[in-house]
Amino acid sequence: MAAEKKLAGYICTGCGIGERLDAKQLQAVATREGKLPSVKQHPMLCGAEGVKLIQDDIDAGNATHIMIAACSRRSKVEAFSFPTVAMSRANLREGVIWSRPAGDAHQETTQEMADDYIRMAAAEIKFMTVPESSGEQELNKTLLVVGGGMTGMTAAVEAAKAGYPVHLVCDEPVLGGVWKDLYKRVPFRAAAFDVPGGNDVDLPQPEDPGLDDLIEQVMANGRITVHLNAKITKTSGAPGRFSADISVDSGRTLTENFGAIVQATDYKPYDANQLPEFAYGTTPDVLTNFEFERLAKQANGAVIKRPSDGREVKSVAFIQCAGQRSSNAGHLPYCSGFCCTESIKQAMYFKAQNPGCDATILFDDLRTPGAAGEDFYRSGQQAMVTFTKGQASAVVAADGDLRVKFKDLILNEDTEMVCDLVVLATGQVPNTGPDPYAQLAVDEAPTEEEKAAARAALAVAPPSILNLDYRQGTDLPHLKHGFVDSHFICFPYETRRTGIYAAGPVRRPMDLKQAMDDAVGATMKAIQSLENAARGSAAHPRVGDLSYPRFRKEGCTQCKRCTVECPFGAINEDEQRYPQFNESRCRRCGTCMGACPVRVISFDNYSVDTVGQQLKAVDVPDEFSEKPRILCLACENDAYPALDMAAQSGEHITPFVRVIPVRCLGSVSLSWVTDALNSGYDGIVLMGCRRDDDYQCHFVRGSAMAAERLSKVGDTLTQLNLETERVAVHEVAITDLKRAPAILNEMAETITRIGMSPFKF
Amino acid sequence: MGELNTAMIERYRNSFLKEVEANVEEGEWVKMCMQCGVCSGSCPLGKFWEHPPQEIFMMIRAGKREAVLQSESVWMCTSCYNCIVRCPRELPITHIMHGLAHYAKRLGLVPKTNPTAKFAQMFWDNLMVKGRVNELKLGLALYFMNGFGDGIKVALKNQKLGMAMMKTGRMNPKEAFGGHAVKDLAGFHKVLKKAQELEDARIAQNGPPAGA
Repeated sequence: MAAEKKLAGYICTGCGIGERLDAKQLQAVATREGKLPSVKQHPMLCGAEGVKLIQDDIDAGNATHIMIAACSRRSKVEAFSFPTVAMSRANLREGVIWSRPAGDAHQETTQEMADDYIRMAAAEIKFMTVPESSGEQELNKTLLVVGGGMTGMTAAVEAAKAGYPVHLVCDEPVLGGVWKDLYKRVPFRAAAFDVPGGNDVDLPQPEDPGLDDLIEQVMANGRITVHLNAKITKTSGAPGRFSADISVDSGRTLTENFGAIVQATDYKPYDANQLPEFAYGTTPDVLTNFEFERLAKQANGAVIKRPSDGREVKSVAFIQCAGQRSSNAGHLPYCSGFCCTESIKQAMYFKAQNPGCDATILFDDLRTPGAAGEDFYRSGQQAMVTFTKGQASAVVAADGDLRVKFKDLILNEDTEMVCDLVVLATGQVPNTGPDPYAQLAVDEAPTEEEKAAARAALAVAPPSILNLDYRQGTDLPHLKHGFVDSHFICFPYETRRTGIYAAGPVRRPMDLKQAMDDAVGATMKAIQSLENAARGSAAHPRVGDLSYPRFRKEGCTQCKRCTVECPFGAINEDEQRYPQFNESRCRRCGTCMGACPVRVISFDNYSVDTVGQQLKAVDVPDEFSEKPRILCLACENDAYPALDMAAQSGEHITPFVRVIPVRCLGSVSLSWVTDALNSGYDGIVLMGCRRDDDYQCHFVRGSAMAAERLSKVGDTLTQLNLETERVAVHEVAITDLKRAPAILNEMAETITRIGMSPFKF
Repeated sequence: MGELNTAMIERYRNSFLKEVEANVEEGEWVKMCMQCGVCSGSCPLGKFWEHPPQEIFMMIRAGKREAVLQSESVWMCTSCYNCIVRCPRELPITHIMHGLAHYAKRLGLVPKTNPTAKFAQMFWDNLMVKGRVNELKLGLALYFMNGFGDGIKVALKNQKLGMAMMKTGRMNPKEAFGGHAVKDLAGFHKVLKKAQELEDARIAQNGPPAGA
């Protein structure tokens, strides 16, 4: 931290700021009210000359804390990059002149808006320090890949290719995992485009699975260490300094250090014993797709024979969605996304190997994702596989034949077909450890009864895979159906345990091609993570952020809310039961800061004070001025960009609002809300991301945490004798260009309706 | 009819799809239908069909031989080509419908009272006489298609229209007696004979019906 704070302000008058606003007044506000000893103006601050103006002051030692009043903090980040000083930005362009109509009628309130943003930025900078990493980081380039299937092997090979050593841990005696029984794989390529002679020429066909080749690559690679018959018995640490105990069946345990981890434990085949209606288990001629693949592998291109009597199969039926996409007990509620192409492939085995064999696929919706997808479907049709849109209800074994009863959904009739063999297209069950929050529920259940219920839920949970010694459980948190939670749209590989990346079907059901692509993505992310950890900077979405949560131990009451609420399990407990922050596990969302009831957690450049002082710096006119003040705390990931873009596209907002970006709604301290109400704000709008199962919160649980905490604000308002409408929480997406400003304008109308706050001093 | 029909059933047993592939013009496309239903939704006569195209394709795969070949539906196609234009799989649906109708006719499975099939036969017979369509005769034949009394009634109803057409030279009453022919009628018949030979050869090449 710098010994002495040297404050300096810079006001840009370019982009129309100088024409629309009174620059002299802005300067006066910054100097007199903002108390900045040096304030300079420039007509184009982001240009080489303007940047030099700032850099010269910094180099001369005249500026350690700078306030830049220009465009949004999201603009010109390359130009205004001064990593050696603390910096605050007043958003005069997008925040004021672009979101306000021009003209004398609006001039007064627009200028007041700009003045306030200068006051706010000047107040903020006084409470910031230059972010510095903790200095405990080191570079560990070794990756741990858990899972010896095609996904894990691909991850290992990709990491090795990029120059990073890998330990590949496989719990079986051979590599290959669930994919090792593949006779052929669904083709990876799409059909060629614009082929002379039509679209159905040269369609992709089933191809060699490539398993042996990949195993060979893994075994021959000097950077890859393979541990067979091995399990992870303990994982501790953080990105850059993970330590894992690898225990081999012989009893030997090896402890290795890693920079990052990729979990590629694939899936487990669905247990078809739960499908008695399809005669599974009563006759060996009803098989799952996984079992049939083994049969095909044994046949190895020769005629496929029935398991029961060795008779050549002359007709076969594939029942799609068997035990899937159904709400019945024991069935998978989701689509496994790989079984349609898998059945097409398997039906084509019969067409190629059993002359004259009829192969019928009974489907409800045929879904063929992947590169070959639709082309491969056409390939199957070309091979004369019969595709029947029908819903199978039962399989009956009688007189050596199998009768498949189904409803033809096109002809709308109940019918049946007779065949020799039935293949059930069953789904993928993610091979993940227990949900850590199921474990936490046991630990933290208040009553014995609830503890017992939580224990019962945990009893059916799978064994741990990673055995993390995190306070927040042994494995990666789930979203639903046992799949690992990740930000599905923006950061699919980021799990809720920083530095541990999920690849393949542990994340969502997928086929081989997608799993292998996934492995590449997750590996690249893992490499980024260990490199970032070495620099002390954050992973997604605050890449490059050096700040990390610091806490004042003296003030801590050991309430553990931060350790429980951290969405990423970054905070352990030390022997004295104080929180122990692992900054490279931290994603810098500030959810801990928002959780802390005694406000002892802060970041170098973001704290209860940096925001609290901003909202207090706003000039609040008296009750009779007809100028209400609305505070908007907007998530910097979606809501704030939405407001910026709304301004760019010419949407106008009320001049009474003052917007403060926050790292995540989860970081919002309730003290800001009470402070604002006590300072005479008339309304407060909080804008965060969508928070349900299809959440879009960049920090997974931040938005949901905030909503939970703020649900009690109504009581506070009632106690203060204020209307509950004065505080509103909204879910805003980055695309809500019209809606985001409309929400603010609506609050202004609400204030007009219910009147000004009586708490103005 | 009977003989050929029975033979076909014998030959293909439950794979009507294969029979269609071998015998119906553009029939090899039927397997490529993905059952999206765009054809049925696009057909202007769709709601009058017992089985719209999507269903016909499904019935072929389901082996419903009689239901397809004896169906009135394939005769409902007016060749508007909406389905062909819209089919995402680019199936020549119109051609397949006509191909199925033609195959049904060959097998003698056309429903006796189907008006489209009847008209098609009348049109053909009319054409064969002079090498061109005699519209007056074809029109009259159409009037009397459902019996003499009915024909008179229809004729009287259209009296005014007929007179007006004659007045403006759009209809020549003399055409009712013989009518004129194409320039080289013998040549025309020769062409058709050759076409018939080629078609028969094509059918024979697909293999004689089993047991024949």
